Amino acid sequence: MPEARPSGGQRPESPREIVLTDDGPMLVSGPVEIVLPDGSRVRSDRPVTALCVCKRSRRQPFCDTSHRCRVRIGDSTEEEDRAQPESASTR
Amino acid sequence: MLSRNPPRPVEPPRLPHARGPLSAALIDGLRLDALRRGPVVLPVPEDCDPYGEDLQLALYCCYELHYRGFAGVPEDREWDPSLLTARAAMERLFLAALRADVPGGAEDDDVDAELATLLVEPIDAAGVSHHLHREGELWQVREYVALRSLYHLKEADPQAFVIARLEGPAKAAMVTIEHDEYGAGDPDRMHARLFADMMDALELRSAYGHYLDAAPAEVLAEVNLMSMCGLHRGLRGALVGQFATVELTSSPGSDRLVKAMRRLDARPAAVEFYAEHVEADAVHEQLVRRGVIAPMLAAEPALARDVVFGIRASGLLADRLSALLLQSWAAGRTALRCPLADAPVLVGSTP
Repeated sequence: MPEARPSGGQRPESPREIVLTDDGPMLVSGPVEIVLPDGSRVRSDRPVTALCVCKRSRRQPFCDTSHRCRVRIGDSTEEEDRAQPESASTR
Repeated sequence: MLSRNPPRPVEPPRLPHARGPLSAALIDGLRLDALRRGPVVLPVPEDCDPYGEDLQLALYCCYELHYRGFAGVPEDREWDPSLLTARAAMERLFLAALRADVPGGAEDDDVDAELATLLVEPIDAAGVSHHLHREGELWQVREYVALRSLYHLKEADPQAFVIARLEGPAKAAMVTIEHDEYGAGDPDRMHARLFADMMDALELRSAYGHYLDAAPAEVLAEVNLMSMCGLHRGLRGALVGQFATVELTSSPGSDRLVKAMRRLDARPAAVEFYAEHVEADAVHEQLVRRGVIAPMLAAEPALARDVVFGIRASGLLADRLSALLLQSWAAGRTALRCPLADAPVLVGSTP
C-alpha cells in the first residue's frame, strides 16, 4: 500500500499529487481538465479523480472498476480475462 | 457553491404506523404532547425477533430523532433518557444477532482478505442489480428506488457521525469522500438531491420518509446498522467497514442500474443518480481503502476485527434484502408493505 496521501487536500504551492495504484486507476487530486487523444476536453471537479490506465473502463477517461478480476461463484480461481473494453452487455 | 434551485422547506416526516407492541408503545409515547408526556415505558422482551418488523421499526424511529425527527414530536425527545434506555435494549438484541449470524463469524481480523472478497466481480451473480439489468420491469425499479429512499434521502448522513471519532489522515480522507457525497460544494449535486431528482423522474414521492410505512424490516435493518454504528463511538470500526462495503461494491452495481434505467427508457434524472455513482464510487473505493482504513488501522490496529464485522454485517443484511426483493418479484408480487399504484395485484399476473 503506497505511502501516499490521496486525500485531495494540498497547499496551493505544493505540487499536484498523483497516486499510482498497483492494479487500478491513477488518482489525481484537485479539479482537473483532461485532454483526450482526439483533442476534446473533459473536466472533473471532484476532490480526487480516478483516471483509467488499464483502458478497460467504459467511461473513459475515468475509472469504472472494470479492472477488477471476475470470478465464478463457488470457484475460487480468478478468471484470466478481466472485463473487456467493449463487453458492454456484462453478465 | 449556491444552488440554482429554490430551497425546499424542511418538513419532518410523519410518524409511521406501528407493527407490533414494541413500535406501538414507542410511537404512542412519541405522540404525547410536551405537557402530558412522561417516560416512555418500553419493555423489550428478550425473545423479540431482532430482525423483525416490530423491533426494526421501533429502532428506526429512535434513530430518526437524531436526523429529521417526526412531525409533532418535541425535538428534545432525541435525548430522552427513557428512549435511550429502550434503544439500548433493542441495540443489544440487534447487535448480538448480527455478531452471531455474520458468515465466517465475528472474530476474524484480516481486513485485507475481507476487502479482497469485495474487489472481485462475480460473473454469474444473481443480485438485485443483475436482475433489474437483465429483465427488471419498471414497477420493480420503482419499488427498488422507493425502498432505497429510506437511506439515500439521507445519504452520507449516518457515516458523517463517524468523522469526529477518527483521527488525522483517516479523518481527512473520510471528509474528502463525504464532501463528494454532499456534492463537493454544489448543493444541486448532493447525492441525496440526485436521488430525490431520480424519484421525481420515476414519479415517486421524494418527500423525506414518505415510504417508511412501505419499507419492510429488511430495508430498515440496513439503515439501522449504519445509524447504530455511526452513533456509537465503540462501533467506529464497524461503521468504516460498512461504509467500505458500500463504496467497494457500488460501482459495478450502479453500472447495471444505469443500463436498467436506459433499457426502460427512464428519464435522464433517473439515469444520472447511478451514473454518478459508477464514477464517484470508483474514486471512493480507492480513498476508503488507502485513505481511511489503512491509516485508521495503523493507528488503532485493534479496530480490525470490527472493520471485518462491519463488512460481514453489511453483506448479511444486503443478502436478506436481496432475497426478499427477488423472491417477491419472482412470485409477481410487491416487495412493499403497501404497494405502489402500478404494482401487480395478483400473484403471477406479470408476464
